[in-house]
Amino acid sequence: MRAPDLLGRRLLFFTGKGGVGKSTVAAATALLAADHGRRVLVVEVDAKGSIAERFEADAVGFTPREVHPGVFVLSMDTEASLKEYLKLNLRVPIVGRIGPLGKALEFVATAAPGVKEVLTIGKVCWEVRESIEGRADWDLVVVDAAATGHVIAQLGAPDAIREMVSVGPVRAQTEWMTDLLVDPAVTALNVVATPEEMPVAETIELVERAREELDVPFGAVIVNRVLPELFTHADEAAFEAFHEPAPEAVLREAAGAGVSAVLDGARLAVSLRRTRAVHLSWLRESVDLPMLYVPYLFSRSHGLRETRMVAEALGEELGL
Amino acid sequence: MTGLESLFAAKEIVVFCGSGGVGKTSVAAAAALGATARLGGKVLVLTIDPARRLADALGLEGIGNVERRVPPEAFLAAGLEPRGECYAAMLDTKQSWDALVMRHAPDEETAYRILDNRLYHNLTARFVQSHDYIAMERLFEIHETGRYDLIVIDTPPTRNALDFFDAPSRMADFFSGRLLRWLTMPYRMGGRRGARVLNMASRPFYQMADRLLGSQFLQDIAEFFLNFQAMYDGFVERARAVERLLHDKRTTFAVVTTLEESPLREGELFCEELVKRRFHLGALVLNKVLPPYLLSVEGDQAATTLCTRAADLGGALAAMGVDALADPNRDARVLVTMGESFRNFSVVARRESELRSELVGGSEVVVDVPAFTSDIADVEGLARVAAFLFPA
Repeated sequence: MRAPDLLGRRLLFFTGKGGVGKSTVAAATALLAADHGRRVLVVEVDAKGSIAERFEADAVGFTPREVHPGVFVLSMDTEASLKEYLKLNLRVPIVGRIGPLGKALEFVATAAPGVKEVLTIGKVCWEVRESIEGRADWDLVVVDAAATGHVIAQLGAPDAIREMVSVGPVRAQTEWMTDLLVDPAVTALNVVATPEEMPVAETIELVERAREELDVPFGAVIVNRVLPELFTHADEAAFEAFHEPAPEAVLREAAGAGVSAVLDGARLAVSLRRTRAVHLSWLRESVDLPMLYVPYLFSRSHGLRETRMVAEALGEELGL
Repeated sequence: MTGLESLFAAKEIVVFCGSGGVGKTSVAAAAALGATARLGGKVLVLTIDPARRLADALGLEGIGNVERRVPPEAFLAAGLEPRGECYAAMLDTKQSWDALVMRHAPDEETAYRILDNRLYHNLTARFVQSHDYIAMERLFEIHETGRYDLIVIDTPPTRNALDFFDAPSRMADFFSGRLLRWLTMPYRMGGRRGARVLNMASRPFYQMADRLLGSQFLQDIAEFFLNFQAMYDGFVERARAVERLLHDKRTTFAVVTTLEESPLREGELFCEELVKRRFHLGALVLNKVLPPYLLSVEGDQAATTLCTRAADLGGALAAMGVDALADPNRDARVLVTMGESFRNFSVVARRESELRSELVGGSEVVVDVPAFTSDIADVEGLARVAAFLFPA
């Protein structure tokens, strides 16, 4: 399958099961785009501050801040989003005077799920529309979106709101959002997975459900933390033979008692890779989307260096 | 080291929590199995979203709130001698909510009016916090039956640790809140006439909400909550009881994490919040820990030697007359690969051990479960994990 033109879109969503490296991949994509001259806005939806960390920058709020040349980060805050929305779209001038706005919002959002989500998606779509129409200068908006379990509700929020609200400006305000979200020239939903059972199962389920319930176009599946293949078939036969008493004695004589740890370590690496290979082929068979592979990084720390390594791997996979 | 044994022997409920992807479900199931084998009695593991193969292994088919016994043969096949009975159940959020409504509604008609309301449907199906609450609610319900000596529960993946701990009290606040009264007031007072007597404080809120959402939607919300209000007392009381149970001496929490930076940080946050909220923090389980031999100095030295002396060692091995070793270049290449791989993995193992040394505790019991090369997908796999949770 041809590499998808991810950097040619305006809006990229990244989802995935918890713990698979969704934020790292989103940050790396933003870095890659910035390296290719794009001005990128990364929207962090769960406000954990993990995107700024990937750039070794301090936590960011609702106002975008540049954390790396060309990469701006915004941390979602639904209350701030509502205030902005009221000010911009409905010309409600009294925002400051509406007493316990936060509590009222929380209440309505709790009572009518979809409100919080639509405030999130609305802000994202608004930034995209502003830049398409030349009022904001983002070439690309990258969203570190909700995890697989919640992302459909998030992306489907404009539709859900329309189902519930039959009249009023809110209804009208959600229609243009859907138009942006379903446009394959604008938007791509990407799923991050690791070659393990649950992440693969959730990816397959998500792709199926999203196709049924949403019209949001897919970009790619990013397979993260792929372990290297250590040996070819013939190499492995040699590796097995090293365990025989005579060859092992030769190795031990040369390199000391630590040889057994090295042999065990290689065995561990081979078996880990083999277990994951099964899940990887299941994923390949079940999902007909372009796959981008990011190797397992044996790195000392997280932070910008790791983000850069992932960005390089993605760049290679995308043929950039 | 006793692992989890004395903790499990002293408690009736163990709640496993931790961030997504750390293996919480497997650890919870393994702990239940281990407790059945070691301590006996009737043990239930209430699991939220198990992997398919694991669910099959536990004898869970389909969905629904059914408690099923893990077949004793499965224990024996895995080399465990069960002293007691082990049961497993999955959580069906929708079904549990419906049951809750049926229990608290004053009459069947009200119950069905709520169950048919599309806001109710949205609330239970999409509102993430509702999963947190209903898991605890279900735990309470099962505990109340007294059927089990020990209940082990796996928790839903939460976006935020606080959401989970606060779920019962938030639910109670939610249904007893002033805003609820506010919002339903004009409708309680009888339509248009009532709307006119709204107090000054709430008027701007209505005006704005009306302008934003349309009055039909507001009326839908109000209707839903008016119906819900009929079960308000029972519901709030219940939420408070659930909260009391979680704080009870008989309940303990175990936090699961891997030694990776972000899950560990979240794990520590869980521990902190538990302590701050006066829950009992019973254990910290470090899962998928790389084996200690990767840290050995001899191993590191050997790896270096194998790489630097690969060429002459390859020659020596090729001369041994073993078919698989006949090619000296291949032998050398395999030696270099092995050495490099060892050093790669030892970087990760060192990072893990560094993170462990920085671990800010709070929990007296810390248990390591090693990384297994194969998936934990059957009772045998769970038994291997259990052996580390309950060391002999």
